[in-house]
Amino acid sequence: MPAWLGHRSLTLIVLAAIVVLLPLGFPSSYYFRVASLVWVSAFAAVGLNILMGQAGQVSLGHAGFFGIGAYAVAIGPAHVGLPSWGALLIGAVISAALAWLVGRPILRLKGHYLAIATLGLGVLVALVITTESRWTGGPDGMSVAKLSLLGWRATGSSTWYWITGGVLVAGTWIALNLGETPTGRAFRALHDSEVAARVAGVDVARFKLQAFVIAAVYASLAGSMLAMMNGFVNPDQAGFLHSVELVTMVVLGGLGSVVGSIVGAAMLITLPQVLTVFQEYEHLLLGLIIIVSMIFMRDGIVPTVSRWLAGRVRT
Amino acid sequence: MTILTASNIGISFGGIKAVDDVSFSVDAGRILSIIGPNGAGKTTLFNVVSGLYVADRGHVELMGEDVTGCAPEALAALGLSRTFQNLQIFQRMTAAENVMVGRHLRERCHLLSDLFRLPSVTRQNRATREAALALLDEVGLRRRADQLAGSLPYGACKRIEIARALAAEPRVLLLDEPAAGCNSVETEEIDHLVRRVANKGIAVVLVEHDMKLVMKVSDRVLVLERGRPLTEGTPREVRDNPAVLEAYLGKHGARGAARA
Amino acid sequence: MAEFFQFLMSGLTVGAVYALVALGFTLIYNASDVVNFAQGEFVMLGGMVTVFVAAAGVPLPLAALIAVTVAVAVGLLLYWLAIEPARGAPAVTLIIITIGASILLRGAAQMLFDKQFHKLPSFSGDAPINLFGAAVQPQSFWVLGGAAVIVLLLYVFLERTVLGKAVLATAANRLAARLVGINTTTVMALAFGGSAAIGAVAGILITPITLTSYDVGTLLALKGFAAAMLGGMGNPLGAVAGGLLLGLLEAFGAGYLSSTYKDAFAFIVILVVLFAMPQGLFGRRVVERV
Repeated sequence: MPAWLGHRSLTLIVLAAIVVLLPLGFPSSYYFRVASLVWVSAFAAVGLNILMGQAGQVSLGHAGFFGIGAYAVAIGPAHVGLPSWGALLIGAVISAALAWLVGRPILRLKGHYLAIATLGLGVLVALVITTESRWTGGPDGMSVAKLSLLGWRATGSSTWYWITGGVLVAGTWIALNLGETPTGRAFRALHDSEVAARVAGVDVARFKLQAFVIAAVYASLAGSMLAMMNGFVNPDQAGFLHSVELVTMVVLGGLGSVVGSIVGAAMLITLPQVLTVFQEYEHLLLGLIIIVSMIFMRDGIVPTVSRWLAGRVRT
Repeated sequence: MTILTASNIGISFGGIKAVDDVSFSVDAGRILSIIGPNGAGKTTLFNVVSGLYVADRGHVELMGEDVTGCAPEALAALGLSRTFQNLQIFQRMTAAENVMVGRHLRERCHLLSDLFRLPSVTRQNRATREAALALLDEVGLRRRADQLAGSLPYGACKRIEIARALAAEPRVLLLDEPAAGCNSVETEEIDHLVRRVANKGIAVVLVEHDMKLVMKVSDRVLVLERGRPLTEGTPREVRDNPAVLEAYLGKHGARGAARA
Repeated sequence: MAEFFQFLMSGLTVGAVYALVALGFTLIYNASDVVNFAQGEFVMLGGMVTVFVAAAGVPLPLAALIAVTVAVAVGLLLYWLAIEPARGAPAVTLIIITIGASILLRGAAQMLFDKQFHKLPSFSGDAPINLFGAAVQPQSFWVLGGAAVIVLLLYVFLERTVLGKAVLATAANRLAARLVGINTTTVMALAFGGSAAIGAVAGILITPITLTSYDVGTLLALKGFAAAMLGGMGNPLGAVAGGLLLGLLEAFGAGYLSSTYKDAFAFIVILVVLFAMPQGLFGRRVVERV
């Protein structure tokens, strides 16, 4: 990877610049909305990439945590009388606690067994949300109170654009921080060789659990933001297909690359918007684009492109 | 002072005794070599001693403490390091980062300070990197420090593993065929390296097929055959033992070698 | 007691479908190490193509045959156009490719057919058969019988034919299989074609009971994957046992405990099983070689 892409501060500056400058070219509030959706998904993907890209552990149930965050800000104000921001924090705490509780037995599993166990966890969360309709409104979903802080209410797509953009920059900063610290090195080490990591004294179980909890909190916060932004939640946000979508973002962009997760999210969110002009061909084309990009960029978009750029610079 | 003692180790896989009643011990600053034909159980013995396999029988003592059945990470904390016969390199990390992981137990590792990269984390990172570079220098890989380990040749990876193991500042170092795939110059370097390590007071256990290297560096040699101990002694005693030759070459070959 | 048999029969019927999906997973996984998330779409194709071809006036058996042929063609295309070009890619990349294929197939079905639910007539009437006091739909026997025939045929193929042994050899060690002259590409194509056929048959058999639509594949793939893991990934008999077990769990759970949490029992049991036996019920414990 070329040095300018690998460099932490530069990545952050470029990202922040994009967030700040992008609205200059927005002709309507629709664009603010789509961009906010990208930032929210990118935030969740950046977190999932810590688990999948750095620590090398698959999760096919991450939308479960997304759903917990989303329903926390829905249920908290509506049924318990909590302020939205308090509900957001409690959602994150619940997600972290659940991840911590089930993480230890689940993360002992490897490969496809880990995939099915996380998938099961996600499905169970989604099932509870769909079934407990007294609290959640069941399959139809429920409306979400607007975020208000000290009398200020967050409404309108441009407000949410700045909130989500800011949170994404912060989340990216943390993910980039982690890379070159003892914790980040432990993650990457156990990804490449669990045996060698253990022999070097890395408590593999503990670090897998940490990565799982971090990724769960990212997903939960993303869920809360989306719910408050939309003013509405439904069980699909916790569902299997959404989990798959999150994983696809991370892998499409490039496993292990923070920039890749953001690019992957941007692609998967904007593509369907663009493809709507093709109407009924939409899903067909989406599937086709995913297949073709994975065949020709098997390590993901960002690693492949940056390798290509590095090659061009050298020759 | 005895650092590591393994007594009466036995382990079976599917009814086959891979290691059967093997004992050895090694003192600080000494080099013990374990040799034997392929399939003699050398690597399996290493895997038991380093906590990757749980033995069916026997005990392992580290610094006088019973550590039988302890997990590898616990043994690492008590001062046991090892390398692998089949490379276990962190492919997607640079050579320097590989060695920095070896410093894991010598570092303060706190999740929240890492997430926000407090100044203390940056300071520690710098110190760890310096230590790693010094070790890479020692194994002759300083100028490869920032290359991805996965892109380095086999011999270099072997030496990264040694540097990584040394980074933990171990009391005992298990080396599994460090010279495999090395040319004679590189083998010579390994020879010097192993001696330097022992001179620092580290106990070394060496599994190796290169007999020249074994005979040159070892204080004692343990010979295994089909999981059982065949003999143990000084390099000279082992070399002159006809049973050892027979284990390697078979009865017929041994007679031929004796005549030659 | 009548209740018990009612749940038993419905559990076995659904379980047989899960078993077939799991079998399809296992076949492809063994030959190529790919976890094929488009497996459920084969089931969907089986049902949907039969429905639409039959609606065009083609007799049901012929329609079913056409549906299986279409599914096999799709399976082969999936292999040649999407999996084979990505050979050697990381496992997770291959999974994403099959997910892409599943989205694509769903999109195509939605476009070519429609978004409605469809039903096929039962093969031998709708008059329930009384079995120990339970009223069993005749179609259930078609599903169970069909599943049994497929398992039997697959067993005979794998154990008694040279090509079948080539599949087993490829599953055991791909490199070694290639070295003894087995064309592993053919074997993998065979696995994709075969598993598509199995899925399509399952789809045709179950549609008179559960209806079909362009998006039934997702949930079936999920359950089939779960069944395959429950039995121990890569073990065909384990896949069948896992599927039947999953179906029974759902039926009895829904019947005796809570019907709203029908889908939950299966996953709770899977989590518990995996916590206790990380290699699934019939998977072999592996010693990591280092």
